[in-house]
Order: sequence, then structure tokens, then C-alpha cells
Amino acid sequence: MKTRVLGLVALVAVATTTVIGLFVVPADLNQGDAQRIMYPHVASAWLAYLSFGVTALAGIGWLWKRDLRLDSVALAGAEIGVMFTFFAIWGGMMWGRPIWGVFWQWEDPRLTTTALLLALYVGYLLLRRLTDDPERRATRAAIVGVVAAVDIPIVHFSVEWWRGLHQTATIASPDRVLDPAAPGIFILTLLGTVAAFTLTWMYLMIRRYQLAQVSLAREEAARMDLLMSVRNAEVAR
Amino acid sequence: MTDAGFVIAAYGVIIGGLGLYVVTLWRRIRAARKGR
Repeated sequence: MKTRVLGLVALVAVATTTVIGLFVVPADLNQGDAQRIMYPHVASAWLAYLSFGVTALAGIGWLWKRDLRLDSVALAGAEIGVMFTFFAIWGGMMWGRPIWGVFWQWEDPRLTTTALLLALYVGYLLLRRLTDDPERRATRAAIVGVVAAVDIPIVHFSVEWWRGLHQTATIASPDRVLDPAAPGIFILTLLGTVAAFTLTWMYLMIRRYQLAQVSLAREEAARMDLLMSVRNAEVAR
Repeated sequence: MTDAGFVIAAYGVIIGGLGLYVVTLWRRIRAARKGR
């Protein structure tokens, strides 16, 4: 019931911030309407980081505690993170074409390391399909999830470490937000969209975790059935 | 394509994709609980 309420609140929040981002906030003086794409783009990028961070932490938790519930959390983070990484890349491409003149540039460190992040976690999800043994699967996935998370700070700081098309941090640099001051409605809409997407992320994480737990229980039941049938066959002999 | 076209393409895929993922997740949960 609480999860349903969370889902409803998230739905209203996303709908509201989408309408504000598209129709209420004025167009940017320099970038025009294309700047509206920044609201869901930044929110998606933040949630990609958060999701993969959760996957890495839950993976460490599994390696330490050997609790399969942590593996379900890691799986939820990876799947949802892949989706938000794709959204961040897609939004960035749709913004890049009118503003930079190109959809994509492989020489840009932020774009390339983000594409690598997506590939790493798609690989993580594929790796999980290689075995039916839940414990072996969780261990392999945890190792890959932790190693792949090394790319998160590389993606984030790539704009500071190397030169490319992508601009350096905006919200994290007070001098860039305050001088000249960004209009309050731009900042509020951005933060509101980040909050709305984060609520949605929480809802999705809960639901994806529930699915992982149900699937795990079904796998366990199937394994027990198989064991029982083998045992019965041995007894009958 | 105009700026508005890029904005529609961005929001359409992101918001539409979120909605599609939610619906798919519900269906997957229901199917798993029913044992399908």
C-alpha cells in the first residue's frame, strides 16, 4: 500500500515537472527551447550514478554477508541504472545536435566514458544469465558490479580531467550558477525534476527488488522439485 | 528538425520509456507471482 502511494506521488511529480519544464519555464536566452532537455537529462544522469552506486554497495554487501536479498538489490540497481543511462545519453544527444551541431563525438571523454558505463552494466545483466546457481551468479555479478563502478567517478570527473565538448560542472560550481545568476525558476525546475525522478527511482527499485525476490523463490522451488524427483526415483529403484 | 522536434524526441523517449518500463515491470511481477 505504501509503495502504491509512493508510485502515485512519483507519477504526479513527474507529470507536474514535465509540464513545467515544457510549458511553464521560459526558453533559455542562448539555447532556446533545446535547454528544456536538460531537466530530464541531468535527472537521468544522477539516477544512473545512484543506481550503479547501489549495485556496487549491494555487491560488496553480498560478498560480505552472503545474503541473497542484497543480490536482488544489486540486480534492481543495475537494470534501472541501464535504463537511466540510456535516457541520459538519449537526452544528451537530442540536446547536442541543436547546440553542438552533432549528436555524438567519440573524442569527448564524458560521452565515451558514459557509453562505456552503459556497456559495462549491460554486460553485468548478461553475465547474470550465464548460470542458474543463485550464489555463483551473485558472486560473479558482485565482482563485475564493483569493478564497473570504478567508471562512475571517471564519468563524473572526465569533464574536469580532460578537454572535450561537454561543459564542466554547472550546479556543483556556485560561481557558474550565481554569476551571472541563473533564473530561480530554471534552478527550481531542475531540482524539482531531479526530485520527481528520484521518487520514481525509489518506486522502481522497490518493485524490481520484489520481482527479483519472487523469481528467486520460484527458482528455489524448482530446484527443490528437481531434488525431490531425483530422490523419489532413487527410492523407487 | 527544429528545436521543438528535439525536445519532443527527448521527452517522448524518456517519459514514454519510464511509463513503458513501469507497465512491463508490473506485468513481469504478475507473471512471476502466477508462476508463468
